[in-house]
Amino acid sequence: MYPFEYAAPATLDEALAMLHEHGDEAKILAGGQSLIPILQYRLARPRVVVDINGLPFGTIAADNGRLRLGALVRHHELEESDVIAQRCPVLAEAARLIGNVRVRALGTVGGSLAHADPAAELAMVMTALDAELAIASSSGRRTLASREFFTGPLTTALATDEIVTAIDVPAMREYGWAVEEISRRAGDFAIVAAGALVRLDRAGRIDDARIAFGGVADRPVHARGTEDALRGREPTPETLARAAQVARDALDPPSDAFVSAAYRRHLAGVLCRRALTRAVEGARR
Amino acid sequence: MMTRLVLNGRAREIDVRPEQTLLELLRDTLGVFDVKEGCDEGVCGVCTVLLDGRPVSSCLVLAAGLRGRAVTTLRGLERNGGLHPLQEAFIKHGAVQCGFCTPGMLLTTLAFLEREPRPDRDAIRAALEGNLCRCTGYTKIVDAVVEAARVVRGGA
Repeated sequence: MYPFEYAAPATLDEALAMLHEHGDEAKILAGGQSLIPILQYRLARPRVVVDINGLPFGTIAADNGRLRLGALVRHHELEESDVIAQRCPVLAEAARLIGNVRVRALGTVGGSLAHADPAAELAMVMTALDAELAIASSSGRRTLASREFFTGPLTTALATDEIVTAIDVPAMREYGWAVEEISRRAGDFAIVAAGALVRLDRAGRIDDARIAFGGVADRPVHARGTEDALRGREPTPETLARAAQVARDALDPPSDAFVSAAYRRHLAGVLCRRALTRAVEGARR
Repeated sequence: MMTRLVLNGRAREIDVRPEQTLLELLRDTLGVFDVKEGCDEGVCGVCTVLLDGRPVSSCLVLAAGLRGRAVTTLRGLERNGGLHPLQEAFIKHGAVQCGFCTPGMLLTTLAFLEREPRPDRDAIRAALEGNLCRCTGYTKIVDAVVEAARVVRGGA
């Protein structure tokens, strides 16, 4: 690592003042599970590392139909929290697929979203859930829909003086859910990931569906057209397979050194069908 | 700058550089060589230590940010000057060959068994998937963990 100054602000205002002062020469340290490797590779050379772990953003709060996750909630807390298990269990399933047990011990929800890896599980699930991010800077506060937050590979709508402080998620109690992914090795980022949530009406027809993909573009992809096509339909295996095909055909994934675009598209279809099938099974229970 | 930690039960206050990792603090400053250095990017698991009881990659933790937390290395497993039952099980089943991954395997397993005292083989494999071993093929490690779980449950 190149040398840098280390600062550990005790309050949000102090942290925001530091970011305001240092602009793009500052980097925010949360769980460090992406930032420290980047520093180890010398891919970034910040003058100041602002460690926000002393800020009070570590709680999971439930309120009516919403959940509010502090930006410093760790992935393992999503896996283990009773509140998450009862109100939005898809987050626990997604968290279980992140990195390895050590990444999940320290990595944070806010950090994962702000890092914005196009294949990240939480970015994908937040996109499916239509979560909202609470963002602070020294000049004010704003909220931003997760679907507008991701703007490119490792790139977000955050300005250099802004911090994600919390994530607002709708509770998804009556929904079945599933997260499916294929990665080359355990712990790797997914080649392709698919997340689905499905709610059935009393007649057993699809009342609402949420679908998103990771690893198929420069940011998470929300499959809005497929969601619309599923509403009101009987969730037969044929319908789900057809929906997965439609979702797949709408994608234009990249090739890379390991995987061709055609293979990515194929995986997206298969994983979407599996995720929808399991989400429907869950919704019937 | 000063940082504080509790290392294997003993409170320490040490001068560190801002960019120094916990791994560098342990090996280079404190001479704690039961922590190994591997990939330096959090993938291989050989630098695993327990931070407040949870396995972390010490190569991905800044020493400056420790805030007095408890760090356990392999030496922290010692019981009355002897080996921990988990270590005995690794020896008995030949779960150690070159030994480089072993400290990380043991610490990850320790934290896992505290959470899940009756794991099946699949759960053990999943728990250890972030710790790479290039010698054993993992089978003997899983055998050792199965036995260790039984022994630890029995209170031996």
